[in-house]
Amino acid sequence: TNSRMREIQTTLSERALELLALPSENCMLLDIGCGSGLSGEVITEAGHCWIGCDISHDMLKVAKSMEVEGDVLLSDMGQGLPFRPASFDGAISISAIQWLCNADTAAANPYRRLLTFFTALHHALVRGGRAVLQWYPENPAQMELVTSCAMRCGFGGGLLVDYPHSTRAKKYFLVLFAG
Amino acid sequence: ANMILLTHNMMVSPMKEASKSVPLKIEAEEVQELEKEFNLDFLVNIIDRLDWAGFLEAAAILNQQGLPSSTEEIDKTNEESMRKLHHALMEVDVVTGALVCTETGRRFPIAGGIPNMLLNQDEL
Repeated sequence: TNSRMREIQTTLSERALELLALPSENCMLLDIGCGSGLSGEVITEAGHCWIGCDISHDMLKVAKSMEVEGDVLLSDMGQGLPFRPASFDGAISISAIQWLCNADTAAANPYRRLLTFFTALHHALVRGGRAVLQWYPENPAQMELVTSCAMRCGFGGGLLVDYPHSTRAKKYFLVLFAG
Repeated sequence: ANMILLTHNMMVSPMKEASKSVPLKIEAEEVQELEKEFNLDFLVNIIDRLDWAGFLEAAAILNQQGLPSSTEEIDKTNEESMRKLHHALMEVDVVTGALVCTETGRRFPIAGGIPNMLLNQDEL
């Protein structure tokens, strides 16, 4: 159901924020694949400012209609992130980065898009900032591709699995440290 | 919010030819004023992260005057001036207009408060 979906996304957002281990309130955060602003509202609730990016104009219009606190941008993370270096104390992403692994057109190369994204993300974070990216890997090969791309772009950290013994409840978070 | 000056200040042109250190130029059509909770702690933290010259230039385009000409001139204990800064940074909101990459001339439209930063296939 729709409300169950919202509940899951909210819980995932809260968990991602927890894993960011921010030093204080009043941080400036990036929400990657912010969609309708659900995860952004969790960030606001936790006392931080945020800017959101999403590739879906329809989802962003929903976020606008919900009058979320953060500004949102229409952008494709596989094209990079349009921010100055060291703009954000941290970044979260809920159920979004798997889209980088799709090759919609012959021109779209998932590996190249992943590298572009992780390079841009690394630059956009302050030194010592974290990114926590929750997603549903399609298979072990995809998990390996995404994780190795992140490491290749200079991130430390790794993959965290919540509820590892439950196929149904299992949740994957890429927990990355910049510099 | 749609696009406040804080957001603008964090942004750069996504064009591959652009230097990624130059602010986008604001073309403002519809602008509105919001009310956002004054948070001195956040403001004090974020000041160090701003491109101050870029902020002043954008603020002038949106008719925000009387801001300190450098961060050294900011008196964090002067509530009136901090509230003025808060207003310019957080409460002046571009609903319709564009962000222009001054190095390439490329315009990124803002419609319904959403800046469209998508690059075309031939720009990749």
